[in-house]
Amino acid sequence: MKERLSVAFVAERQIPPAPPPAKTGGVVGWLRENLFSGIFNTVATLLSFAFVAYVLASVVPWLFLDSVWNASSLQECRKIDDGACLAVINERFLQFVFGFYPDGLRWRPVLAFALMFIAIWPALFASAPRKLLIFTGLYPLLAYWLIWGGSFWGPVGVLAGPVLGWACVRWLPGLMRGWLDERLVFLAAVGVGLLATVLWWLFGVTVFDDTLSAVLAVDLDSVESARLGGFLLSTIIGVSGIVGSLPVGIVLALGRQSNLLIIKACCVGFIEFIRGVPLITLLFVAWLLLAYFLPPGTEFDLILRVVIMVTAFASAYMAEVIRGGLAALPVGQYEAADSLGLDYWKSMQLIILPQALKVSIPGIVNTFIGLFKDTTLVIVIGLLDPVGLLQPIRADQNWNGIVWELYGFIALFFFIFCFAMSRYSMHLERNLDVGHR
Amino acid sequence: MKLKTTLVAATAAVAVSAAAQGATLDDVKAKGFIQCGVSTGLAGFAFTDSNGNWDGFDVTFCRATAAAVLGDANAIKFTPTTGKTRFTALASGEIDVLYRNTTWTLSRDVDLKFDFLGVNYYDGQGFMIRKDMGVASATDLNDATVCIQTGTTTELNLADFFRANNMNYDPVPIETNAEAQQKYLANACDVYTTDASGLAATRATFENPGDHIVLPEIISKEPLGPLVRHGDNAWGDIVRWVMNALIIAEEKGITAANVDSMASASTKDPEVKRLLGVEGNYGEMLGLAPDWAIHAIKTGGNYGEIFEKYIGENTAIGLSRGLNQLWTKGGILYAPPFR
Repeated sequence: MKERLSVAFVAERQIPPAPPPAKTGGVVGWLRENLFSGIFNTVATLLSFAFVAYVLASVVPWLFLDSVWNASSLQECRKIDDGACLAVINERFLQFVFGFYPDGLRWRPVLAFALMFIAIWPALFASAPRKLLIFTGLYPLLAYWLIWGGSFWGPVGVLAGPVLGWACVRWLPGLMRGWLDERLVFLAAVGVGLLATVLWWLFGVTVFDDTLSAVLAVDLDSVESARLGGFLLSTIIGVSGIVGSLPVGIVLALGRQSNLLIIKACCVGFIEFIRGVPLITLLFVAWLLLAYFLPPGTEFDLILRVVIMVTAFASAYMAEVIRGGLAALPVGQYEAADSLGLDYWKSMQLIILPQALKVSIPGIVNTFIGLFKDTTLVIVIGLLDPVGLLQPIRADQNWNGIVWELYGFIALFFFIFCFAMSRYSMHLERNLDVGHR
Repeated sequence: MKLKTTLVAATAAVAVSAAAQGATLDDVKAKGFIQCGVSTGLAGFAFTDSNGNWDGFDVTFCRATAAAVLGDANAIKFTPTTGKTRFTALASGEIDVLYRNTTWTLSRDVDLKFDFLGVNYYDGQGFMIRKDMGVASATDLNDATVCIQTGTTTELNLADFFRANNMNYDPVPIETNAEAQQKYLANACDVYTTDASGLAATRATFENPGDHIVLPEIISKEPLGPLVRHGDNAWGDIVRWVMNALIIAEEKGITAANVDSMASASTKDPEVKRLLGVEGNYGEMLGLAPDWAIHAIKTGGNYGEIFEKYIGENTAIGLSRGLNQLWTKGGILYAPPFR
């Protein structure tokens, strides 16, 4: 006899697991949830798909199916097919990359570019061997020598300047101690060091270069600045500007917060002046005013002038971005640094700047990207960066009238660079996130 | 090397005065090349070929000058200049001569302190329209929309022309020739106006050039030629006479191909003998080698050959000689006698 139960149903065994209903799982479920949930979203999805299909329907045949890669003129392209005339990029690719850089020497900028990645590796990724930082420090001079050529001892001589200055600061106080007031010793050493560096640059480098060249000449064929162009030029200006503007910007930002009146006034004046003037104006100053002031025939390299101006411009913006980061730190951080007995430089280096810079990363990268794109403005002073090269290429009667292909190609180049920077900044933010927000 | 010269120059800059006037020829010979300012790109006149070398109508005149002075058409450094930088580049000594389709005007000659040395291309402002507009003369363009480059003399000429003919127009301001092409083809304007050579070059790039016509009216004078700084007449003479030599060469039938045989005294024409240095010491007067004109002509041929190669009727630009024909053939190209 069956025992009467007080409940209607008892599960005697576990129900075997079943897949979720088809409507809610898998591809269909995803589609229902994300694309077709409700009437409005369904319509929006369909419209978006229609738009994408419409664009692709005209771009894909134009760019891939009907495009012409081998032709010697636009007219020939049009005869072959009615898609994009990519033959112009095929023919002028090296010109876009190197400008007018001499044919046989093009391995030099390529090598410099490849070495650049080794040089920035330790700066960008903590996993890199720390000793590489020495190479990073030497890289600018190496790249300069590779790209412009000339005697190897020139850049070495330039590098010897700061070394000389540092040596003065390091050893002179010991020698002077005793017959000079203790507080003045350090100041005097710094002064002598600076003076020695400048004098060395002005007079010593030439002698140094000539002497060593006479003993052991290490020469590369020199290439004048007028021959640089295309992406090479953009990269030179962009990378030097980026590398220069961050340290200068940090110094300016700290200077702006300083309690020392003169330093503060100088920094504020510099930042506000540069930010108040368009970059184009600064480029014109670099080109035009200096062209009038310098005696005819002097070679104050135009690209160097432009790099200085671009760096100054980006530094001012960088300073404000970093000032934002400094301001975002709670005052307790400053007090904590003080209470540990750290002096100004130590507290900045160990406590304030690491946090402030981390907060500022998006803004810093934003400035970098802006700077890199701003390099195209050099076109107004007759330097032929990629956009500048469009004009003489399109003036060739073979390619006159071509527009989209060339602009698209240049846009792609800038997109790759800027997108890479933006991805790196996101990577950095993730890595440095200690979750205390 | 350069870094250190740079540093030296930067500090010494103020101390040294701008005293290098009056000896451009010596400078050029000392440095071994000519610095020539050209356009950053103008169809047929200055462009880069597939090897990255500068080429074109104006560029060839530069090269001929280098060949005449230094005996080598490649002894030259080109500085691409924009409309904004060209005069500064010349005035500051960054370039020795400017061959950049620059219109000869009084203020540029006098106020900006340059010397124009002649005209290597006579241009003038014209109009291009779509054929189906059914207009045959620029005086029928009342109430038309006109694509016009802002800040140029063409803008002023246009206003003058329409006012003089009691007509109205709707300006569509544009910045560059490339922008104008796009706007015009997209029917944003009925008329595109700029120098006639530019119109012809633009029209040649269209997919269907036959659908567009350039109206017969030319509404301005645009004599384009080379210029140098005031105050160095010897150098100016050289640039002027290289250009004249190329024009005289066309007059006398001297071409790049036959210049050597002409020079080897097969000719009886005394002016040819003088030009090619067989007779007289005209090269010496200019401070050049006796065979300077031979080098100049060998560079790209005589004026006519250069014209036909870069902008003539067989090129994509397709310009007819027009005013730029020799004076003996109905044009106004006229070089002073070589004696």
